[in-house]
Amino acid sequence: MQLTLWTYEGPPHVGAMRIATAMEGIHYVLHAPQGDTYADLLFTMIERLQKRPPVTYTTFQARDLGGDTAELFKNAARESFARFKPRAMLVGASCTAELIQDDPGGLAKALDLPIPVVALELPAYQRKENWGASETFYQLVRALAKPNPQPDRTGENTETKKPRCNILGPTALGFRHRDDVQEISTLLASMGVEINVVAPLGAAPEDIAQLSNADFNVVLYPEIANLTAQWLQRNCNQPFTKVVPIGVKATRAFIQEIATLAGLDADGALRGCDARASWYARSVDSTYLTNKRVFVFGDATHAVAAARVASEELGFTVVGIGTYSREFAREVREAAKAYGVDALITDDYLEVEARVAELQPELVLGTQMERHIAKRLGVPCAVISAPVHVQDFPARYSPQMGYEGANVLFDTWVHPLMMGLEEHLLGMFKGDAEFHEDAAPSHLGGAAMKEAAQATSEAIAQAAETSAQTMATHWGTDAENELKKIPFFVRGKARRNTERYAAEKGVALITVETLYDAKAHFGR
Amino acid sequence: MSILALIRINPENQGCANAPVLRERGQHEVFCGLTGIIWLHRKIQDAFFLVVGSRTCAHLIQSAAGVMIFAEPRFGTAIIDERDLAGLADANAELDRVVQQLLARRPEIKLLFLVGSCPSEVIKLDLARAAARLSTKFAPSVRILNYSGSGIETTFTQGEDACLASMVPVLPKSDATAGTEILVVGTLADVVEDQFVRLFRQMGMDSVKFFPPRHADGLAAIGPNTRFLLAQPFLADTSKALENRGARRVAAPYPLGIEGTTLWLQAAAQIAGVGHARFEMAIAAARQRASAAVARSRPQLEGKRIFFFPDSQLEIPLARFLARELGMRLVEVGTPYLHRQNMAEELALLPQDTMLSEGQHVENQLDRCLEAQPDLVVCGLGLANPLEAHGLTTKWAIELVFTPIQGFDQAADLVELFTRPLVRRLRLAA
Repeated sequence: MQLTLWTYEGPPHVGAMRIATAMEGIHYVLHAPQGDTYADLLFTMIERLQKRPPVTYTTFQARDLGGDTAELFKNAARESFARFKPRAMLVGASCTAELIQDDPGGLAKALDLPIPVVALELPAYQRKENWGASETFYQLVRALAKPNPQPDRTGENTETKKPRCNILGPTALGFRHRDDVQEISTLLASMGVEINVVAPLGAAPEDIAQLSNADFNVVLYPEIANLTAQWLQRNCNQPFTKVVPIGVKATRAFIQEIATLAGLDADGALRGCDARASWYARSVDSTYLTNKRVFVFGDATHAVAAARVASEELGFTVVGIGTYSREFAREVREAAKAYGVDALITDDYLEVEARVAELQPELVLGTQMERHIAKRLGVPCAVISAPVHVQDFPARYSPQMGYEGANVLFDTWVHPLMMGLEEHLLGMFKGDAEFHEDAAPSHLGGAAMKEAAQATSEAIAQAAETSAQTMATHWGTDAENELKKIPFFVRGKARRNTERYAAEKGVALITVETLYDAKAHFGR
Repeated sequence: MSILALIRINPENQGCANAPVLRERGQHEVFCGLTGIIWLHRKIQDAFFLVVGSRTCAHLIQSAAGVMIFAEPRFGTAIIDERDLAGLADANAELDRVVQQLLARRPEIKLLFLVGSCPSEVIKLDLARAAARLSTKFAPSVRILNYSGSGIETTFTQGEDACLASMVPVLPKSDATAGTEILVVGTLADVVEDQFVRLFRQMGMDSVKFFPPRHADGLAAIGPNTRFLLAQPFLADTSKALENRGARRVAAPYPLGIEGTTLWLQAAAQIAGVGHARFEMAIAAARQRASAAVARSRPQLEGKRIFFFPDSQLEIPLARFLARELGMRLVEVGTPYLHRQNMAEELALLPQDTMLSEGQHVENQLDRCLEAQPDLVVCGLGLANPLEAHGLTTKWAIELVFTPIQGFDQAADLVELFTRPLVRRLRLAA
């Protein structure tokens, strides 16, 4: 049993819903008690979809448990087939139905429906949402795709025949999936690559059957599509992409990878194309971004990509990285090594909060959970990954991938920060009524209260670390006053470094001198 | 999947007491009782709600609450995993460990609810015994109670009913020789409670108590001298539990709208022996204010057709208010559950021949709704945008539960919840 206040991922059947809702002509019959229909609102309210998710819930109640819940399931499957006329059906159980062991797959089979029926086994007490999405997509492809060792391209004019790929991974309720697909489709088209099928987003069962009719697969979201891509590689001889094109460098590497897979010349695609973000990062006004301390947390793919962009394309220093995707912990640990930090692999947001408080980063790149953590701690934050929120479905075009995605990253990550000159002025002059050290960046409303956030931050940081070492030392009044002149965003770190220095040197009373000795000792 | 039954009872009665009710069975597009935690944890300020359930339960509460992340919420989920399913003895030990961990972290908590869920009910995890066991361990600083908010047993607001019913046995016993005491039962916004307290004082009723309390130590004493007045229509089990302790219900419509509020206050006043003149004087100013405010909005709603999907059990009192005070026409009034006794006064006030439905077969109901093309649809969050996309105008039902709507000074706010979607549609169309 695990005490959980907020979760990063829903149960695995929500992952299955993300696949079903992304697709056309599919219906998911879910054996589930009353109340599980809450999941519909994720799609209709958060993503603002205009249609209901194609899901029928059996809605069993306590009084049914003694009776025939299996019959309830069969009726639901029969009725939804008649009403919605799907061309393929998914059947499965939510957490409670898993316990009553009605075997939706067997029951559906007994109905002998004239369409493919895919039975999902999604262990709700072991697995989570992304795993459920991945498994559902995989089972669906296994059931519907026609294994075909060689793409059937006979009869095509070999002169005009273009290399052809599938795009795999985008789902409903995905973080910017809608826009990423558009960006990458445009990029592929500009390279002369034809897109056979995009799946699951927008695909019908007939499209899944056509998956094998491509030369290779583009995997945009490994959490969702790796399993399927591996199966397609084994059974349809389709290699798949490993680079996720987030950031300028990754986009260029992606183009290179596509060119290799498609037998094209990459130079053409690489020439003349670049993101405005690259120049913005090089422009002198961005100098102040150098070594900004950033903490990264999200699903594995987005976290690894964000850390790389932060470090290599914006000149930030990655002080921490983590993920809630345990299935991809290895990839994140490897990335962490490159930054000389320990990866935080957890789905407990309190642990993430303690780490952020301890590290005192100047910017958090995280999920909506980290946005709240950062808000509490008074640290700027930008959202880079699911779990999603209504704000993660912007009305405007806002991809994360490709060149335009790199531009979006630059804007959204730099915007929450204090601008360079403003930061300098704060370092030089203190205590002006409007323009003071604890004010938020002026372009973000200025007067925001930071004192409370600072207190919270310090309390959490102190609770998080064993403060035994700081007990032996205490602060002189002069040193305390001097500390207050240090801008908020580095003050916590200055305090802790000084205390650490004092403890190491056996200094009992911290003076102004100790403060500056520590500053010189740790440098920045 | 649908079981349709038309039940006709007692044709002599007035209003809708004799109206046929369409009973349906199928997919219910409603929340389970766990959702009540969202407002209950704000109401009782030193209580913590620990759901013993699955990841789905945690995800539900989080999603239903939007992402209103408070500093640290006073609710959480002990997520059952595979090992807990393997052996129940271990599950109990695990639960004890989680409670220990939680209470160590939150020393300010005085009342802890172990909230049962669908999985905990199905595996028959005995939370009543767990609560008793843990109570002994943490007494007297923390009291530990349990109730079920599971979807297999409760629909949305029935979670509050189950929660309040679980508190009734621990209410102190009142002094048997004392005079009649009045207890208002059901969660009301603090601002609404304070307004009612002022109105009661003006009638000379100084000792009206409220349940649930704002703090765990504010439990009202009850006994045979207690007369209780329901502020919410969904409290069937709580009523029964209170009656078992000797308290008696004061029958009244619910305090929604001017008429409902007047009759509700009047029922209390009569029990307290407040004279008619004093009662009228006490409420005159507030009622007049409300009448003027409601009258201003009437033209926007008069003659408009409204359709209620089942959600909170507030549907019948709301329909009564909209029909009688604003002249709306009721196309269908769905309720998840119809408690005839606690709803008798409301049913009597509903226009005759109102189409009532109980339970749900959401597909059939959507067919009826789309066929009827009402001017306004009250429905859950899963249905609202898809219906808007069909060109219908909707009002989220959940907002009617999360907004202070009871009493005179909220009557106009309540009207506004219904006029706003219509005004908005007109504005955007212009």
